[in-house]
Amino acid sequence: MLAQFISTAPRMTAAQTNQPRLARIVNRLCLAVLFYLLVACGDAPLNNPHPHHPEDAMVYQSFMQSIPKHLDPAQSWAVNEAIYISQIYEPPLGYHFLKRPFELIPTALESMPEISYLDADGNAVVEDDEALAFTRYTLRLRDDLLYQPHPAFALDKAGQPLYLFKTAQEGRRYRQIPDFPETGYRPVYANDYVYGIKRLADPVIASPMLGFMSQYIQGMTEFSAMLPGPPRKGWLNLDDFHMEGLEVLDDRTLTITLNGRYPQFPFWLAMHFFSPIAPEVDRFYHNPGFVDRNLTLDWWPVGSGPFMMVENNPNKEIVLERNPNYREDFFPEEGEPGDQEAGYLDDAGKRLPFLDRAVFTLEKQPLSYWTKFLQGYFDRSGETQGYPLGLFDQAFTVSPDGVSVDSELADRGLTMSPSVEPSVFYYGFNMLDPVLGGYTEERRKLRQALQIAFPTEEYLSIFYEGNGIVAQSPIPPGIPGHLQGKAGMNPYVYDWVDGEPKRKSLEIAKQLLVEAGYPNGRDARTGEPLKIFLDVQSQAVNNTRKRWIERVFSEVGVQVEFRPADFNRTREKMLTGNSQIYSAAWGADYPDPENFLFLLYGPESPLICKCDGANYSNYENEEYDALFRRMRVLPSGPERDALIDQMVQLYQRDAVWLYAFNPKRIFLNNPWVFNNKRHGISNATLKYTRIDGQQRDKLRTRWNEPTIWPLHVALILLIALIAPGVVAYRRRRSATARQGRV
Amino acid sequence: MKPLLLWSDGLIFLLVFSLIAFFLKLGRNLQTQKRWGQVFNTRLGMVTFTVIAVYVLVALLDSLHFRRALEPVAGAPAGEVFYDNRVTSVLDLMLGGMGDRYERTYSAPFALKSFEKQNMKDGSGVGYRDYPLLRHGGRHLETAADRASDIFWKSLWGIGMGLLVALIVVGLQWVFLRRSPYPWRASWLAQAIIIVLAVWLVSVSKYYHVLGTDRGGLDVAYQSIKGIRTGVLLGTLATLIMLPIAVTLGVMAGYFKGWVDDGVQYLYTTLSSIPGILLIAASVLMFQVYIDLNPDAFSVGLEKADARFLALCFILGVTSWSSLCRLIRAETLKLSQLGYVQAAHAFGVSHRRVLARHILPNVSHIILITFVLDFSSLVLAEAVLSYIGVGIDPSMSSWGNMINGGRAELSQEPVVWWTLSGAFFFMVVLVLAANLFADLVRDAFDPRTSLGATHS
Amino acid sequence: MLAYIVRRLFYAVPILIGVNLLTFILFFVVNSPDDMAISQLGAKHVTPEIVQAWKQKNGYDLPLFFNADAGGSGAFTETIFFTKSVRLFALDFGRSESGRDISADVSNRMWPSLAVAIPNFVIGIWVNICVALLVVMFHGTRLDRWAVALFVGLMSISYLFYIIGGQYLVARVWKLVPISGFSGDEHIWKFLILPILVGVVSGIGSGARWYRTLFLEEASQEYVRTARAKGAGELRILFRHILPNALIPILTGIVVVIPALFMGGLLIESFFSIPGLGSYMLDAIQSQDFAIVRSMVFLGSILYIIGLILTDISYTWADPRVRLE
Repeated sequence: MLAQFISTAPRMTAAQTNQPRLARIVNRLCLAVLFYLLVACGDAPLNNPHPHHPEDAMVYQSFMQSIPKHLDPAQSWAVNEAIYISQIYEPPLGYHFLKRPFELIPTALESMPEISYLDADGNAVVEDDEALAFTRYTLRLRDDLLYQPHPAFALDKAGQPLYLFKTAQEGRRYRQIPDFPETGYRPVYANDYVYGIKRLADPVIASPMLGFMSQYIQGMTEFSAMLPGPPRKGWLNLDDFHMEGLEVLDDRTLTITLNGRYPQFPFWLAMHFFSPIAPEVDRFYHNPGFVDRNLTLDWWPVGSGPFMMVENNPNKEIVLERNPNYREDFFPEEGEPGDQEAGYLDDAGKRLPFLDRAVFTLEKQPLSYWTKFLQGYFDRSGETQGYPLGLFDQAFTVSPDGVSVDSELADRGLTMSPSVEPSVFYYGFNMLDPVLGGYTEERRKLRQALQIAFPTEEYLSIFYEGNGIVAQSPIPPGIPGHLQGKAGMNPYVYDWVDGEPKRKSLEIAKQLLVEAGYPNGRDARTGEPLKIFLDVQSQAVNNTRKRWIERVFSEVGVQVEFRPADFNRTREKMLTGNSQIYSAAWGADYPDPENFLFLLYGPESPLICKCDGANYSNYENEEYDALFRRMRVLPSGPERDALIDQMVQLYQRDAVWLYAFNPKRIFLNNPWVFNNKRHGISNATLKYTRIDGQQRDKLRTRWNEPTIWPLHVALILLIALIAPGVVAYRRRRSATARQGRV
Repeated sequence: MKPLLLWSDGLIFLLVFSLIAFFLKLGRNLQTQKRWGQVFNTRLGMVTFTVIAVYVLVALLDSLHFRRALEPVAGAPAGEVFYDNRVTSVLDLMLGGMGDRYERTYSAPFALKSFEKQNMKDGSGVGYRDYPLLRHGGRHLETAADRASDIFWKSLWGIGMGLLVALIVVGLQWVFLRRSPYPWRASWLAQAIIIVLAVWLVSVSKYYHVLGTDRGGLDVAYQSIKGIRTGVLLGTLATLIMLPIAVTLGVMAGYFKGWVDDGVQYLYTTLSSIPGILLIAASVLMFQVYIDLNPDAFSVGLEKADARFLALCFILGVTSWSSLCRLIRAETLKLSQLGYVQAAHAFGVSHRRVLARHILPNVSHIILITFVLDFSSLVLAEAVLSYIGVGIDPSMSSWGNMINGGRAELSQEPVVWWTLSGAFFFMVVLVLAANLFADLVRDAFDPRTSLGATHS
Repeated sequence: MLAYIVRRLFYAVPILIGVNLLTFILFFVVNSPDDMAISQLGAKHVTPEIVQAWKQKNGYDLPLFFNADAGGSGAFTETIFFTKSVRLFALDFGRSESGRDISADVSNRMWPSLAVAIPNFVIGIWVNICVALLVVMFHGTRLDRWAVALFVGLMSISYLFYIIGGQYLVARVWKLVPISGFSGDEHIWKFLILPILVGVVSGIGSGARWYRTLFLEEASQEYVRTARAKGAGELRILFRHILPNALIPILTGIVVVIPALFMGGLLIESFFSIPGLGSYMLDAIQSQDFAIVRSMVFLGSILYIIGLILTDISYTWADPRVRLE
């Protein structure tokens, strides 16, 4: 039918040329050719998402999957925020980068804190004295601590703060911290640490630490009550108020006094809640109008750590830069066995940090960040998550004895850092539930049967790509009290066969159900089928997982009903004891078994403490509670281990949790990134990271050879689309020329 | 066995019956009948209608839900029967247990081995790691080499059976419809192809996973078929639920004018000025909270998902009703100016009678056209809403949920492509048929095309 | 003209009030301020006191509509409704639940949105018109019918597939462009090619089909017949008669969308990590940040109303017969 059109063309008697149309066609062609040439002639990788500068050799490129909500060390309690906070602030203590088990080391302090014990009158006593009323920690700061350059420290000629405004109008032109032309810095004083702790107690800041820490730090509750609550206008100098338990002895020495004893307190000193905050920084951020431009401590942290924030665009990226004032800090000289071979000690004794800059780009789509990692544009496969869930066996092999990368990825020189995090994910039974709860022998057997019926190993292998290990007790590996091998095995669910735990057979589960009064999953008295209810968050359980769990329990004749709800509702149910089986997770705040065993401590039950307790199972066992109270104040040692062992046995016997596992994450590193050992608890590890920029450039170019033929095809297609029009146009022109003007 | 009638089940049957009643009534109105005749007088119209009808039929079969009775327990008081809390539909029975043949995890289409390696032990107890054989896929084979010929013969058998069934179905229709003026032949061909495909799929699925399995080991073909109900229901119920409100308000505005008109116009301008996606998101979140706060209203999980589904239909209806309301208002305005309506007024006929006799029957074709035109966009919208996180309940099978879940699978090495492809195929066929059909309907009812002229 | 615009703006006020009221009711039924506090503060160690402090800090501790404790006009102004909703009329969006200033974010994020949306819009229309013209030239032939079938086929594919497919092929397999990202400097073209390509290709189906219908509609008009009778060639008819006349419905059809370009594309921006308003909205929905969603609903309504007014004005511009009074 093309002919029909063409045959009409010569009859045309158009007088004027159709200039706009032609221009458009030419335009379009030119554009296409331009891009085509650009592609064909360019030598740098076309798909490089980063601006390419040769001087970027020491720029670490990473990504964030979510935007941090809080960067204020008093407010943040999320891993994705700690990644930045931990690089910028330096709390008094830290963890040794390489040594395992985890070891606390002084960072901002000259040495570990000195501990003294006092009675109610303030007289020194020995540790196990009956009269002991307070514990006092004395902290002595290093003498080379300096803050990062920041406008809050900038002074005018008279020595007065430069950027202190009376009205919002004065500071209008400063929209971001880099907009301030002048900066200054000063040493870190002991009072800054005191100021930081006082901020934890400020009701306006609403720190998540307030409720917890005020049990321990002397006078914190009273201090908090003394401060004017919200709404509050302007800056309140916390130095004007005194907290009983805090004292500044001189510029470099402070003491913290606790009520009673709390041996785990030094671990808290390694967390960012105890970071120094300079009062003038706090005052600076309370300049009128600053908060309206997001100029707050919550967005622009100011610290004395190895890095400082130079860009915070939560819509796009966060950029950290080396803090020029960072104290003398060196790569550790010793590690645990095997570190030497793994190359973790190659940089021993070198000055930290290695990196000049670290760029974290916002990237939410798994396909995108995984692709960019494989193309070499992200240095590591993740900061908090190892790699997108969804990449599995073909890429690497996770087996009980370790992990190996598949040949294609291994050829690229990728290295791996597996990390078993001291955290536990679990589904727990509510012990107050009329059907599943209770402490009778039948109920125990019922719960044990369900435990056996749920094949955690399969679950991990299918839904977590094998990245987790079955937790036999609440205490994850890497934490004292965690037992391996046969000694740690839960004998109610597993048998020890051929040197490894083997889940008991479904026959035994069925037998236990019979003994519990539910033969074949049916109530022996009424015939009613046993139905268990899982209270889960809506997002957490998709169709696939739901069907899988239903199928698993149907093998023993038990019906499953999901009660998905949003986060707040499920949480409410757990707090009011209305759940039956709930899901929860707990990550270590510090490497001590107390931080996990308290999940089963009776008074921690939300119904008993009338607070947000973490014992969602409402497990109440007097024997366990007594053991816990003794264990809590004991120093590490065989005596404590024996108590812990007894508590774990009680947990196993009472079958409190349906299943539990410790996630194992595998972080992949591109070959030019070094010192990738994962810490598990501390996030302040960016200063140890080193990259080889030249190798990176070389490999990136090699890995990103573009495929050109689609462009040829596109060009041909474009011509094919335009050609008929051009032909028609030319025919008409020639027709016009023949016939002349009418 | 205990039948279970979900709200959406009831509504879809109501809808189908009223549609059938509507078509039966068409005979009275010559004008409308002629226009619809024009749609069905084309082969394309016949084929696309057949495809849509098959989808609707599948959705209806999948809407006949029941719960299986459990065997009585010895020693328990007799008389009381307990039911499985898993809900089965007639469609599940017809698919011959396609959804019950689970694998451990992913497997490729027609695969014999799992997609993922597993630790295994050989006869002597030495551990090794390899791709394990599937539990169901190709289990009947002696050696892996037989697979190709086995698939061929099994397919041949399936196609043969399919042809047989198709012959019966088409033959029956031929007996009754051979004198019909419509191009039934095209429809029969389409029917035959669909039947052959369906029979082939069901018969081969007994031995292989035709579209592979997903992460949880569930057959992808099964999931895609289960997605049909969601797609069809969403496309139809969203319009249906809002219909009474849109029609009532539209007719009232056009008929009574004055402040009623102002009020209705204000209402739909306000609603349509809110960006649709935000309105949907906010409302879905609200319904979710209601469902969470009233867990006792829903005895089975499916009922909860169904409530959320209906809520979504309702909200989608709200966002799209303003255009329907506007059209009906304009049409009513036009109609109420006509001579016979004015005459009816003059004779003192009550408003209600005028509305029922003269106005409503004359706007009904607008409703139907809107219904057809909106269908495909609603089906497509579902996928987008699932991505945003305010779509169908994740526990319901839907193409949107499959696409959303399959998104990350593309980043695997090697790629898991079959989940996305399954959803893609079943969705495109439905939407394509609906779009083509809607085109024909629009052409036929376009007021600018007079009836005689289109055949020139 | 001016009087007309002023009057239209005046009419817009009750609509905006309606939108405002509706969103307010929606959002405060969904999540009570307590729920919001808990979801923002996180799970660990949250006590009722902290929740109360959060509510005070964010201004959710006030009664909803009527404050009996406050005297005088304070009974109405010191309420959640007044502080959270009425202020929107002054385009004062307040702060998001996470504490950021929404107006600042909106003005920052507007530009990336526009950088993607405007080229997408312009190139899309241009390509669609070109393709439609090409098809119209072959009207009545088999080519035309196949083209229409192709359009319908392209329309029937979910937008998600275009994006996923585009990213997978062009960026991951062919490595021609970065798979996602954005940059404000001269490298911006690198990041824009793929989103625009995906946007344009996915729009061809419905767009070109619509323009084709418009052109054909014009082609059936009397004046075209007259022109043809006078012996004008097909191409001349197409470009001289049909195209300019079809521009009126095209123009009026697209003008209404222009203000909405500010809002960007929800999916495109989220998949390609473009820091625009579209991804802003999506994030807000997913993190249930109601302050942002509320503000965006209001902003979207304003833009829609502006679009309606612009449409009316464009009528007078495109068609001199129309007069606004």
